[in-house]
Amino acid sequence: MSAFDCIIVGGGIVGAALADVLCAEGLSVALVEARSIGAGTTACGMGHLVAMDDNAPELALTAWSVALWRELRDDLPMAVEYDACGTLWLATDEEELAAIAAKVASYRGAGVRAEVLDAAALREAEPALTPDLVGALRVPDDAVVYPPRAALHFARRAQQRGARLMPGCPVAELRPDGVVLENGEVLAAGHVVLAAGVASPRLCPDLPISPRKGHLLITQRGAPVVRHQLVELGYLKSAHGSDGASVAFNAQPRVTGQLLLGSSRQPGVGSAQVEPAILERMLKRAADFLPGLDALRALRVWTGLRPATPDGLPLLGRHPGKPWLWLACGHEGLGITTATGSAQLVADQLLGRASAIDARPYAPSRFEVLHA
Amino acid sequence: MREACDLVVIGAGPGGLAAACRAAEAGLDVLVLDAQPEPGGQVWRGEARKGTNRLARRWLSRFAASGARFRPGARVVAAPEPGLLLVEEGPSSLAVRYGRLVLATGARERFLPFPGWTLPGVLGVSGLQVLVKDGLPIRDRRVVLAGTGPLLLAAAATIHAHGGEVLLVAEQAPAARHWGFALQLWRYPDKLIQGAVLSAGLAGVRTATESWVLEARGERRLESVRMSVGGREEELACDYLGAAWGLVPNLELARLFGCEVSRGAVVVDDRMETRVPRIHAVGELLGIGGVDQALVTGEMAGLAASEQPVPDALVSAWRRVRVFAEALARHDAPRPELRRLATPQTLLCRCEDVPLSALEGCRDLREARLYARLGMGSCQGRTCGAAAEALFGWAAEDVRPPCLPARIGSLRLPPETPPTPKRAS
Amino acid sequence: MPEPRVKALTLRINGRAFTVPAGTSVAAALALAGDFVSRSDLGGRPRGPLCGMGVCFECRATVDGVPEVLTCLTPCREDLEVVTDA
Repeated sequence: MSAFDCIIVGGGIVGAALADVLCAEGLSVALVEARSIGAGTTACGMGHLVAMDDNAPELALTAWSVALWRELRDDLPMAVEYDACGTLWLATDEEELAAIAAKVASYRGAGVRAEVLDAAALREAEPALTPDLVGALRVPDDAVVYPPRAALHFARRAQQRGARLMPGCPVAELRPDGVVLENGEVLAAGHVVLAAGVASPRLCPDLPISPRKGHLLITQRGAPVVRHQLVELGYLKSAHGSDGASVAFNAQPRVTGQLLLGSSRQPGVGSAQVEPAILERMLKRAADFLPGLDALRALRVWTGLRPATPDGLPLLGRHPGKPWLWLACGHEGLGITTATGSAQLVADQLLGRASAIDARPYAPSRFEVLHA
Repeated sequence: MREACDLVVIGAGPGGLAAACRAAEAGLDVLVLDAQPEPGGQVWRGEARKGTNRLARRWLSRFAASGARFRPGARVVAAPEPGLLLVEEGPSSLAVRYGRLVLATGARERFLPFPGWTLPGVLGVSGLQVLVKDGLPIRDRRVVLAGTGPLLLAAAATIHAHGGEVLLVAEQAPAARHWGFALQLWRYPDKLIQGAVLSAGLAGVRTATESWVLEARGERRLESVRMSVGGREEELACDYLGAAWGLVPNLELARLFGCEVSRGAVVVDDRMETRVPRIHAVGELLGIGGVDQALVTGEMAGLAASEQPVPDALVSAWRRVRVFAEALARHDAPRPELRRLATPQTLLCRCEDVPLSALEGCRDLREARLYARLGMGSCQGRTCGAAAEALFGWAAEDVRPPCLPARIGSLRLPPETPPTPKRAS
Repeated sequence: MPEPRVKALTLRINGRAFTVPAGTSVAAALALAGDFVSRSDLGGRPRGPLCGMGVCFECRATVDGVPEVLTCLTPCREDLEVVTDA
């Protein structure tokens, strides 16, 4: 039986980033992954590093995380494709435009640069967009990465610092003193962290995490690229269909010269199959914003299953009913963005020290169901 | 644009033509889609214009008289629901409603990477043959061919007949019995090397077994090749190299439809119906088996699709072809030396320029795709996927739409229900 | 009305005129224009047709203003304008 200071179950970007942080603190770490590092939900995301201000805790975690990413940028290999393209939040009407002023104030309050573009400035910044847009909120320090390589980078750096990477090792059971692998092998550890994203409830059934499916499409190289990550301001209020599915315009330039398109959200859908009707709605919405869209050449379409929690915030900290188990899961669509901050927050708690931001809003203890 | 039909046939090679003829002659409204400008597939490419091959001529005339409709330049890009195909035709997009479907998507060459294989002038064996048939000026050009099996001889014969100077035909297979064996597929009597080469119209052409390419050399295009010929190295100055080793079925569409694939072939019953109801598969999709298999299974599928009995004679003919085809597959399997030609700098994925060295540490195709971008470019892994399977034993991944790069507009669902087929099949 | 049978036709490849027999594919015609090059790879090195069957995408070029056309599946036509990116 091998003994580690900490076993992290789940080699997505959150688990990999945590392994990196803990190894840097001198802990002995095993990163145990059922399939491949960064190949689950991590590989299916857009890789948008975005400050989001739907609520104060979300803004605090995302703004801090984006800043942590920026500190890392010089150390990231080319293959991680870090690109500080910034985000444009697009306003389709005067009501949305009016809401931008409040958002600017809220971003600035969190130390995030933000500015308003009027219709003319927006047209100059993004001539491919429909001229019907009335303006945009520009968040220049948002960025984009290629998530599977970012996860691999964290994992390999952890490995260089002594971590044991264990891809292809599905876990059967979590125990207070370690984990049991499906092949029967027992790994002992002082701490066990569950960072298995959408698969986490399989190992810890009381977790309030459910899959939320999203569709993405990427074009061939050489597409007329946009310059910023583009998201419609109505992203959250975008119309829901009778099936609870919603779509919103989200387009992203890749350093490869490709255009990556989102987004759709289907709560509670756990099958990864591409759904033509949802894709159609997503493309129709995108074509409303990018009139030339239909002429671009699509290369691939895929889906991702995001681990959603009831309040949209991740679970970062001790499981209140199983104090031996640490949680770093439930990131929904913000796992790439907040991997850096989430890793730091969990590491700080595990090492018994204070964090740069208040960790309480993300504490798993906020869910009554976990106290049983 | 919209189209509706009782039966849609994807692929207008021998298998697709036979299926279309049988079904259309029984009164079905049949629509045949093919990416090429003319019917005939790869094996009968150009025959629609030239008509030199008697068997091709017979089937092409029968097809023309059958009442089946042909759409050239049509590429199926998605199958959003049962009974609906999204198709791209040059600058336009097409939605096709169908009752039944026959997959006759044929095969492509198996490419294996070797140093210099990305130089212009290096092509597939059949790839070079096809381009010569399509008008590539080859008279007095120096050509080296490296491959295996009957297609290697067929390519040599075409190039030779067009005036190309074939310097060497390098067969990878170890035994001299190869030539006679290969020609069985062409329904020639079993002969020894000399007779076989003569039958193929290759008198005076140098042929060698246990031979393969080591490296293609040149600055901006191919200038010479380094070959291993019966255990000895030689360098030959040349203008073209055709290098590929056998065929692999084009399984992407079958996988897109969710048809069961086992040991590299689509699983079908005696009506050529796949495990997905109302979808049939014929020809090379059932395991490489050449024109004979394509015609027999195509007829079977066409009969079944039009609810006619499938004669026992066809079923047993197909079984006989399979026995031979499986022996051929063993024979054509690339020898171990061919899997070791690439150096760390040799590109494996030609679309994303991924060298072999970039795959270090990757445990499967998914890791190679995610970490190194293998197969993430325009051909969607059609070239490097078969190579990676031969080199590393990596299995193919699931196919999602679009199964070919397509305009986003071609992936949009038709706005309203198109007219129903004239009659249900 | 059927068109009269054409024996030869003229197309332009990168601005230069070439006459080819009717039935010639654009990929085959690229050999007339020099080094049989259709495109450049990501490092700027030349590439030419490989599979001849619409599978490998190596032969793609801009034909009559349409990018990414597979030239091996495209027959030459009178006055066709082909631009390779190499």
